[in-house]
Amino acid sequence: MGQSLSVRKLEAWYGSNQTLKGINMEIIPNQVTAIIGPSGCGKSTFVRCINRMHETLPGTKVKGEIILDGESVYDQDPVALRKSVGMVFQKANPFPSMSIYENVVAGLRLNGMKSKQKLQATAEKSLRMAALWDEVKDRLNYSGMSLSGGQQQRLCIARALAVEPSVLLMDEPASALDPIATTHIEELIRQLKENYTILIVTHNMQQAARIADSTAFFLNGELVEHGPTSDIFTNPHDKRTEDYITGRFG
Amino acid sequence: MHDRLRKYRNRMMMGIFIIATLIALIPLFGILGYVVKNGLSALNWEFFINLPKAMGAPGGGMANSIVGTLIMVLIASLIGIPVGILTAIYLTEYDRTSWLSIGVRFATDVLTGIPSIIVGIVIYTAVVLRMGHFSALAGGLALSIIMIPLIIRSTEEMLKLVSHSIREAGYALGISKVKTILKIVLPTAAKGIITGAMLAVARVSGETAPLLFTALGNQYWARSLNEPIAALPVQIYQYATSPYKEWHQQAWAGSLVLISLVVILNLFARFVFRSRSN
Repeated sequence: MGQSLSVRKLEAWYGSNQTLKGINMEIIPNQVTAIIGPSGCGKSTFVRCINRMHETLPGTKVKGEIILDGESVYDQDPVALRKSVGMVFQKANPFPSMSIYENVVAGLRLNGMKSKQKLQATAEKSLRMAALWDEVKDRLNYSGMSLSGGQQQRLCIARALAVEPSVLLMDEPASALDPIATTHIEELIRQLKENYTILIVTHNMQQAARIADSTAFFLNGELVEHGPTSDIFTNPHDKRTEDYITGRFG
Repeated sequence: MHDRLRKYRNRMMMGIFIIATLIALIPLFGILGYVVKNGLSALNWEFFINLPKAMGAPGGGMANSIVGTLIMVLIASLIGIPVGILTAIYLTEYDRTSWLSIGVRFATDVLTGIPSIIVGIVIYTAVVLRMGHFSALAGGLALSIIMIPLIIRSTEEMLKLVSHSIREAGYALGISKVKTILKIVLPTAAKGIITGAMLAVARVSGETAPLLFTALGNQYWARSLNEPIAALPVQIYQYATSPYKEWHQQAWAGSLVLISLVVILNLFARFVFRSRSN
């Protein structure tokens, strides 16, 4: 099941450059929340704070709180936290040295799961959820790099799902894909929200409108507006949101 | 008109590239051909199983030198490859910017350029004089010091080629940094790292100068790693500079064996890697 996230006074820096300036946001479980906003508005930084990836880069700093299912993520061990908060990146990044099968079970195997049966069962389940099983079931031992771009991205989604997180962060997962592959991924996201809380960063407002239950608009490191997607797109409360979604800037 | 000029220029440039390639290949094949031609005639089964004969006497072989070189290269590899690779991991994955890593990188660059005879003298002073005798251990140690900077540099370059997104993918799955490095980053860079290590091994297999001060050479079998030991390059050097025709012949044969050893090592490494990646 998905879990709720509540973000309080979140601030983040790259060196002396503050990219998030006090974000307060409630994220509803088992919903798709889209984060939109112009380049450099802090939306990627925001999702990277939730699984504490932000702080893996040198010179970064975070302040504030993120509560996942009642517990602050900053009180948890980051490595353990990332097992319950999965992430899919903008560019598909399968492990080049591993086969399709090894990629999917990497998170489990490298964390000590040895049972071949369990691993195989999880691999099939995850690949089915990522709508990739039928395409790869006969060549699980091929390199992950042998797949097309869209398939690689679904492989990365399967890899993230195999760890069984409760929250899934997606940082522009379809921005490098063609329209058909994008449709696949969007369809997938709609199905996944039954079991996961999903946050998706996107540049594409139509995409947000198609898949997100709620949408948050970020600008210059601040959360301008957050509400049901239909409200944001048809009846924005803030002038800046309206300007952005009608294409007057950004 | 313009088109013809372009095609002409194109053809001329290609001609220059081909000529440059040929110039680069001539000495390569020249040396190889010369060594094979001279070495083959002196090479026979005896050469691989016999010890050197007394001055001027016909026959004899370099069995002890071949084994000696293999032993010292093995010692050097056992020290140099792990130290080099682990240092490179530290420099790329843990600490790219501190004074320590800048210092290590600088020292590595300087060491790469140092004439190998100086390494020999240093080990002679630090190890041979202190232990009181020449030895295979001192020879292997000297070779490992030549290997380490080469391996650090090549491994570092290969690790840098692994995209940061691969590491992030590992972290994002809840895999610890150590496991991400050992199980994901290293295998991704393995081909290049192995090639770099093999080149370093090949490079030290032919080193002569540092062994003159450390392993010394030996006309007989060494009974332990604590004794002076024969090595192919040293034996070749001594035979080639001697006044005897038979020894010159043997030096050629030794050279051929040395080159073959390096080639075999390379092919072997490639074969091992290929069978593992499939």
